[in-house]
Amino acid sequence: MAAPLQRRSLWGEALLLLLIGLFCIFPFYWMVTTSLKTQVVALESPPVWWFTPTLANYWEVLFVDKVGPALINSVIVAVCTTALAVGLGTPAAYALARFEFAGKSDLWFWFITNRFVSPVVLAFPVFLISRELGLRDTHLALILMYLTFTLPIVIWICTDQFRSIPRELDEAAMLEGASQWTIFRRICLPLAMPGVAVSSILSFIFSWNELLFAYILAPKAAKTAPAMAVTFMEGYDVPYGKIMATSTLIVVPVLIFALLASKHLVRGLTMGAVK
Amino acid sequence: MLTRVSRRTLAAFLGPAVAALAIVGIAPLLYAVWKSLHYFNLTKIAQSRFVGLENYASVLTDPVFWQAMGRTAFLFAIAVPIQISLGLVIALVLHRPGLTLWKTLARLSLVLPMATTYAVVGLLAQVMLNQKYGVINQMLGWIGVDPINFIGDPTNAFIAVVMWDVWQWTPFVALILLAGLSTVPPEIEEAAQLETRSNWTLLRHVQLPYLIPSLVAVLILRTADTLKLFDMPFTMTRGGPGSATEFIAVLIERVGNRQFDIGMAAAQSIIMLAITIFLARLYIRFFYREVR
Repeated sequence: MAAPLQRRSLWGEALLLLLIGLFCIFPFYWMVTTSLKTQVVALESPPVWWFTPTLANYWEVLFVDKVGPALINSVIVAVCTTALAVGLGTPAAYALARFEFAGKSDLWFWFITNRFVSPVVLAFPVFLISRELGLRDTHLALILMYLTFTLPIVIWICTDQFRSIPRELDEAAMLEGASQWTIFRRICLPLAMPGVAVSSILSFIFSWNELLFAYILAPKAAKTAPAMAVTFMEGYDVPYGKIMATSTLIVVPVLIFALLASKHLVRGLTMGAVK
Repeated sequence: MLTRVSRRTLAAFLGPAVAALAIVGIAPLLYAVWKSLHYFNLTKIAQSRFVGLENYASVLTDPVFWQAMGRTAFLFAIAVPIQISLGLVIALVLHRPGLTLWKTLARLSLVLPMATTYAVVGLLAQVMLNQKYGVINQMLGWIGVDPINFIGDPTNAFIAVVMWDVWQWTPFVALILLAGLSTVPPEIEEAAQLETRSNWTLLRHVQLPYLIPSLVAVLILRTADTLKLFDMPFTMTRGGPGSATEFIAVLIERVGNRQFDIGMAAAQSIIMLAITIFLARLYIRFFYREVR
């Protein structure tokens, strides 16, 4: 009696899991297939599911419509801001994990609060400042502004990671006369590499996805890929295939990174409210 | 326990990060406060002048601002309960033992929507929701529903934003709740399963208490992110038609970037920030009580 019942519920469960998967993945399927359609096929009504695929859209957006340079801008900005955030954030995380000092909780609060500040608050003042300093439409302006969200993430995740390293290791090194900096560089940082890797991936994803700063601060030369994709919608004749080819090019790298860091993505998005 | 170090060592470790965040996070903020006290329009630079709290007075009495706030709150009130109920179902299914491979795959697919570039979600929505060429209207046709003009009609455009917010963030809520479920001690769960066969009783009396922290986290993070919501509605509808999908961040962008009224946009964003900080305080009080 029990066995068939259980089997039926397993089938139901499998069906539910399949539905969950389809719900999540179908838009990506539609994005990729549309990117392989010519404009004529894309504008068939009702939409077609079987057609002869073409890579023409990719060719066009990459080399004619300047999505190629925009992707390069995105890579430059995301890689540099991530490197900078790791460089500045890991020593700070080490200090938060290991040192005792006054005002620590206030400092902590301030780092975490950045998760809540909307970029629209900072975008206009930074727009004016960067114009004064001649930084408008440069990679540097974006790299610096992206620190507002990459640095707190690196600090959060790496502090956690440093705390998990046994203190006996640094105490032994201290007895041998090693300075704090040596302990950090030679002992703790190498052991904290998993946390550094995870926070780097998350920083990369969030910088890569950012639109508002990019849209306002970098209208031409430093334009990133998401800002580029938005401009396609401004034309009269909406080129579906090209928009979806651009979207695919933007989304594929982050999806790969997201799968690599899948266990930690939620942690990054919640700033550690969930382990 | 923790090491006490000299001020110099401390400054060497913390200084660069603190300085960097102060320069990119606090300096622009102070500049925004300063600008919010001015009439400052990029197209009428000559008329720039100090106006004191005038901008704040006009924002606080501006129906457009409060309508955008209300719309943002309304989006939250509709989308988040859907995300929590669907997310809870997904989390409960994934939490049950068995079908390990299927569950791993489902979990991996859940990661994808929340990592997707938010601007791309708006573009995808445009393509899939198109009245004539969109696949969603085709599917609705299979069950006998006439094509719906999603993007062009104010109510439908709002529904479309809700739909895509649900698509992108339900997996996030599900994974947070799943993490919450894994904090229920297995022996308590097993003991309860011997007592009752009802999943509802199990959820209500055994699992729910352990889910409260996750639920509060969901509520407050979704509040902050809904206040920030810009990319998806902007790429999908530009806030339209009319102002049907003009959420608070989209409104501020319009005032600053398309009406060039930076003084006013600054005042609006400072008021929004005050609301956000209030919520952040709440959040920290709930979750970072054992401050390090």
